Amino acid sequence: MNRAKKKDRFMTGVFYAIGWLMLAFLLYLTFTIIFDGLKGFSPDFLVAAGNGIFNQFFNTLYLVFLSLLVSVPIGIGAGVYLAEYAKEGKFLTMLEVSIESLSSLPSIVIGLFGYLAFIMWTGMSWNIVAGALTISILSIPLITTETNNAIRALPIEYKEGSLGLGATKSETIRKVLISAAMPQILTGVIMAAGRGFGEAAALLYTSGQSTYINWHNFWKITSPTSPLNPFRSGETLSLHIWVMRTEGALNPKATQIANFTSAVLVVLALLFTLVTRRISDKMRKRNNGGN
Amino acid sequence: MDKVVQKAIASDKRWRAVYIACGLLIVALTLLMGAFLLYQGSQTFIKAHHSIWEFLFTSDWAPLDKTGLFGGKVGAAVYIVGSLETCLLALVICLPFAIGSAVYMTEISPKIGEKYFRPATEIYVSIPSVVYGWFGMTKLVPLIKNIFHPAMGGYSVLAASIVLAIMIFPTITTVSADAIKSVPMSYREGAYGLGATRWQVIGKVVLPAASGGILTGVILGLARAIGEALAVAMVIGKTRSFAANLLSPTSNLTSAIAADMGNTAQGGEYNLALWTMALLLFIISIVLIVLIHKLANGKKDK
Repeated sequence: MNRAKKKDRFMTGVFYAIGWLMLAFLLYLTFTIIFDGLKGFSPDFLVAAGNGIFNQFFNTLYLVFLSLLVSVPIGIGAGVYLAEYAKEGKFLTMLEVSIESLSSLPSIVIGLFGYLAFIMWTGMSWNIVAGALTISILSIPLITTETNNAIRALPIEYKEGSLGLGATKSETIRKVLISAAMPQILTGVIMAAGRGFGEAAALLYTSGQSTYINWHNFWKITSPTSPLNPFRSGETLSLHIWVMRTEGALNPKATQIANFTSAVLVVLALLFTLVTRRISDKMRKRNNGGN
Repeated sequence: MDKVVQKAIASDKRWRAVYIACGLLIVALTLLMGAFLLYQGSQTFIKAHHSIWEFLFTSDWAPLDKTGLFGGKVGAAVYIVGSLETCLLALVICLPFAIGSAVYMTEISPKIGEKYFRPATEIYVSIPSVVYGWFGMTKLVPLIKNIFHPAMGGYSVLAASIVLAIMIFPTITTVSADAIKSVPMSYREGAYGLGATRWQVIGKVVLPAASGGILTGVILGLARAIGEALAVAMVIGKTRSFAANLLSPTSNLTSAIAADMGNTAQGGEYNLALWTMALLLFIISIVLIVLIHKLANGKKDK
């Protein structure tokens, strides 16, 4: 065998090794995190007091929900603008650079902007609305990009058919294009929700690192301890890990709680990935089968 | 004109305004963010009269922590160097694995790559950064401590760089894989036709042809690494001195901001210096983003 061939064999082996190493490491990572989380588990981790992380889980859900209320309409609106209205020019370049900036700026920088705009300058203390608005800054570019791509990928006949029937452009967009593009837009929304679930740095100085709620006050939204009051501080699951890392001296179970929280976050991350994957697979099949 | 038609046209115009407003909002938000950070971050130089030189290139860090009281030292070189060295080392650790995986999943086993490796990189991305930090703190830091027995424990530049390398791995891998895939088939056929082996085709034809796209991935990874806060803060050790070697602890820009922004007096010199760090991060990120934009547009023109 000549040298080139030997080298080729060798390098092929190297690529195999690297590729499978990365897959093995991912398996190791997810399994150890989940295993460690379950190893130290005790039932009081599930309750809404003391060692439990139920409050943090609720805060995360509530915060992500509030952020989607803001980011979904704006994200879809801007995506429609890009796909259907934008014309080449300075404004389009600015919008594209803005979207790229918002999606790749460090989340701590976005968090500090949220801190400045929604906490320091409004004079409020840490609150969930400030956190939700900050998270929506992170998720708007995701939803915008997905909406833009989804609408652009639709066959032109959809639009022509609707316009030919006498619908106006905006009716066509709302009743035909957006509904046809919905699966992919939904993927963007789920990705945004997933990002919100995992985000911590952006919430450090906006939604706060503590939670004081009383579940008996659930429907008394204006009460400072009502779970539904959006102007209370609300620590999320990811922030809970950050807080727990320094609480070792105060709480002997801090490590186990953080392990369990990590496991919950990893399982959620797997679920989010699986769901978005499913939706995009289905879409690919539909598109391939269609035209 | 028919009333129904008039109404439809009016509604059409209203909706158009709504969509334009959404686009405007995003641009306004970005500009506003830049303006706010520029204003807040420049106060160290304007209000507290420090020089930009002092902030960037000296390492005497002793800002006063009282509102309106200035006169301390704001040399942030330790943090800046900390950020740069962890990012560069992360890149050095990550690159061979990322490019190797990208080649494996596109050139060597494309079917398995599409079926298992792409979803795998998506999972890497979706795991929250604090979880990586927690993993680094509970698994990697003790490991480094047990292997090398450094004087200060396992909290170190090396630990921070490895955590960052894991976090930027999926970014660089997916972007590189896409770049490799978009190299025209005829390039490979031409090289094979001349009798080249697969490794010669990959190393001498495919990778050089994909280098622009790989570079974009590297810059994207760098942008992610430089801005990563909590994961790094959990493993870097947060000591306020230059790292003597890879196994000693140091600090970086994001750790300092994450740790101290909340406990310093608002409007004090310390607080303002932290905002200047945030401004510096913002500027670095914008430069990287513009670079990526330029690279992407350069490709379009070709």
